[in-house]
Amino acid sequence: MRFAFTDEQLELAAAVRDLLAKECPPDVVRAAWSNADGRANQVWSALAEMGALAVMSDEARGGFGMTEVDLVLLLEESGRCALPEPIVDTALVAAPEGWVDGDASACVISPESPFGVWADTATVIVSIAADGVRVVPRSEAGLTARDSVDGARRLFSVELPEVAPVAPVAAAARVFRRGALGTAAQLVGLADRMVSMTVEYAREREQFGVKIGTFQAVKHHLANARTALEFARPLVYRAAATMSTDDPDAATHVSMAKVRAGDAAAQASRVALQCHGAIGYTTEYDLHLFMKRAWALERAWGDTSWHRRAVGRAIL
Amino acid sequence: MAAGPPYNLTPRQVDCSTLARLVPMDLTFSPAEETFRAEVRAWLATNVADPPLPSGDTAEGFAAHLEWERKLFDARYAVVSWPAEFGGRDASLWEWLIFEEEYWLAGAPQRVTQNGIFLLAPTIFEFGTPDQQQRILRSMASGAQTWCQGWSEPNAGSDLAGITSRAVRDDAGGGWRITGQKTWTTRGAFCTHLFGLFKTDLDAPRHNGMTYLLVDLAQPGITVRPVERLDGDDGFAEVFFDDAFVPDDMVLGGVNEGWSIAMATTGSERGLTLRSPGRFLATARRLIDLAREQVAVADTATRDRIVDAWIDAEAYRWQTFATVTDIVDGKAAGAASSMVKLFWSELDVRLHEIALDLLGPHAELVDGELAAWMKGYQFALSGPIYAGTNEIQRNVVAERVLGLPRR
Ligand SMILES: Cc1cc2nc3c(=O)[nH]c(=O)nc-3n(C[C@H](O)[C@H](O)[C@H](O)COP(=O)(O)OP(=O)(O)OC[C@H]3O[C@@H](n4cnc5c(N)ncnc54)[C@H](O)[C@@H]3O)c2cc1C
Repeated sequence: MRFAFTDEQLELAAAVRDLLAKECPPDVVRAAWSNADGRANQVWSALAEMGALAVMSDEARGGFGMTEVDLVLLLEESGRCALPEPIVDTALVAAPEGWVDGDASACVISPESPFGVWADTATVIVSIAADGVRVVPRSEAGLTARDSVDGARRLFSVELPEVAPVAPVAAAARVFRRGALGTAAQLVGLADRMVSMTVEYAREREQFGVKIGTFQAVKHHLANARTALEFARPLVYRAAATMSTDDPDAATHVSMAKVRAGDAAAQASRVALQCHGAIGYTTEYDLHLFMKRAWALERAWGDTSWHRRAVGRAIL
Repeated sequence: MAAGPPYNLTPRQVDCSTLARLVPMDLTFSPAEETFRAEVRAWLATNVADPPLPSGDTAEGFAAHLEWERKLFDARYAVVSWPAEFGGRDASLWEWLIFEEEYWLAGAPQRVTQNGIFLLAPTIFEFGTPDQQQRILRSMASGAQTWCQGWSEPNAGSDLAGITSRAVRDDAGGGWRITGQKTWTTRGAFCTHLFGLFKTDLDAPRHNGMTYLLVDLAQPGITVRPVERLDGDDGFAEVFFDDAFVPDDMVLGGVNEGWSIAMATTGSERGLTLRSPGRFLATARRLIDLAREQVAVADTATRDRIVDAWIDAEAYRWQTFATVTDIVDGKAAGAASSMVKLFWSELDVRLHEIALDLLGPHAELVDGELAAWMKGYQFALSGPIYAGTNEIQRNVVAERVLGLPRR
């Protein structure tokens, strides 16, 4: 038993974290709300260049042939900065199957996540259904724009031509699990970001002549949110590990991870907003960028109760 | 503009000092560990009493539990992680966790020796003299000496530094004379010994001037009064000291250095050693069995609560595994143990609440087979109070994990 990342994995995550801190600060996320495609192309290119999108791709196709365990921390980092890019759909779902390469991006839809996110700039649309997976060039899909509460997430209703699945049912289940896992990792990153930015704020803001972080009510809210995060994270990492070894229980593990990561992010959002007061209730302040991403991801790739029921079917 | 790639994914040079951390994540136990698990399971299957022993928080039950402890000791299962010379097996932390999982899953008895073996012993291993280790550890493991914890006093609960029980020097006797009162002492009415903090320098500032003493309870000058707990057992005691004697060789660590030594013990109580994940996994498993076999759970709300509790029991297990990996790598757990305490204590309450809700009108029964749930519920309710209340733990998490200002 060894439940830790290797130094190499941690270094890679730290490198991605540094890159994202520099290239994807809140201003870049904010810019994605109002630019043409909702994305941060420069960040995407940098990630592609460093190999982050090809971590799980086949070596034969120029990838690194690594596993979910190698990628999960990177996805957590992408959540921490609210990266406005389809990194889960691309690096964890489509690239390992060989459906995209290089800096091309994928947009994945399923009955649980029917809207295509950043579909208009994707190279391919991947559709996961009960009978298998269809992969269709974007140009062949009919797209109708919808607006998300998270202005960077450009949503589309997608209509696909009648085509046969390219991958069987088993692959559909696997890639769906991967998408849910990656989303759980992003939620953990978002929760961490919201807790830490609120801690920073509570150390600075003064009322009644003292820092608000000295009030026990504020402390306890934050302690609870931090504790929820502490116990969500290992479930995400465990699911990554059992996915990578094709453990027969991996699906249940992913669902557990998604439930707790979603709950931790929901709690962190509430606590963060409450402890900020009205400043957190503005769009001028950065908190909403993270909060709204969390609201969307909590319900994407199977919402929390969908996954809770899935665990229930496995254990009850 | 993005600079060049800050990292490239080609393998790097191996640095031998970090060898352990180059080993990839591996969530399986070794064949030797699995063999150990099988041995423990088989031994428990033939030795755990059925029906269960009476509560160890009563005089009669305590005696029955001591017999069980003796049996564990003779099979060298009482303290698996201790060195063989003190009755252990030199088991690794992983093997200890495996033992615990099997122990609780088998429905084996509560450990009436726990405050000794899990709370005092780690402190004796760390701070005790070789002579103290020789005299105390083996007897503690076999149950010949039973230890209770004397921290709390009537006016010092959360604010432990506010204790007033004191010890004064008895040079002629070669030791200390203690006076004062401890309270809420778990199983104090049945134990042979008490470990606790006493003021040895009344003029010293708070947190100073306290000494960690090991007290033999069978002597004149000590009166123990059992106090009935919420569940009706005499699980608490008040212990009164009136010029009782503690020889010098029963001072643990330095005189006036008791506070920092005591803090080492409370760290064990919050975290890993006292409440291993095996306990909650076993309770969660029993809850699932209850739901599957005895009561039909039709409504999704109740199903969801059971699922959530199971997920939390699993989360606790994996958080522990991450912590143990860190410990094996030489990293300290630190203030994170406060999050651990918050988590297990609240999980335990939830597990029992759900069971009582499943039982409905049968929940109030304190006779028959299902009574264990009401009993367990009442004990679970104390989890958020003892070992540092959960409000205190939240303060610790806020200040020491998150770095919020003290005041
Ligand atoms: C089942 C059980 C077994 C026990 N066994 C032992 C034992 O073996 N040995 C032993 O020494 N003690 C034992 N105790 C006592 C236990 O350590 C104390 O109950 C605990 O430290 C709290 O102290 P108190 O009960 O005096 O409550 P108080 O400290 O009076 O607290 C009352 C309430 O005020 C809150 N409060 C106090 N200070 C603060 C603060 N700074 N911030 C926020 N809230 C605060 C508390 O959280 C609590 O809700 C046991 C208790 C129980 C319930």
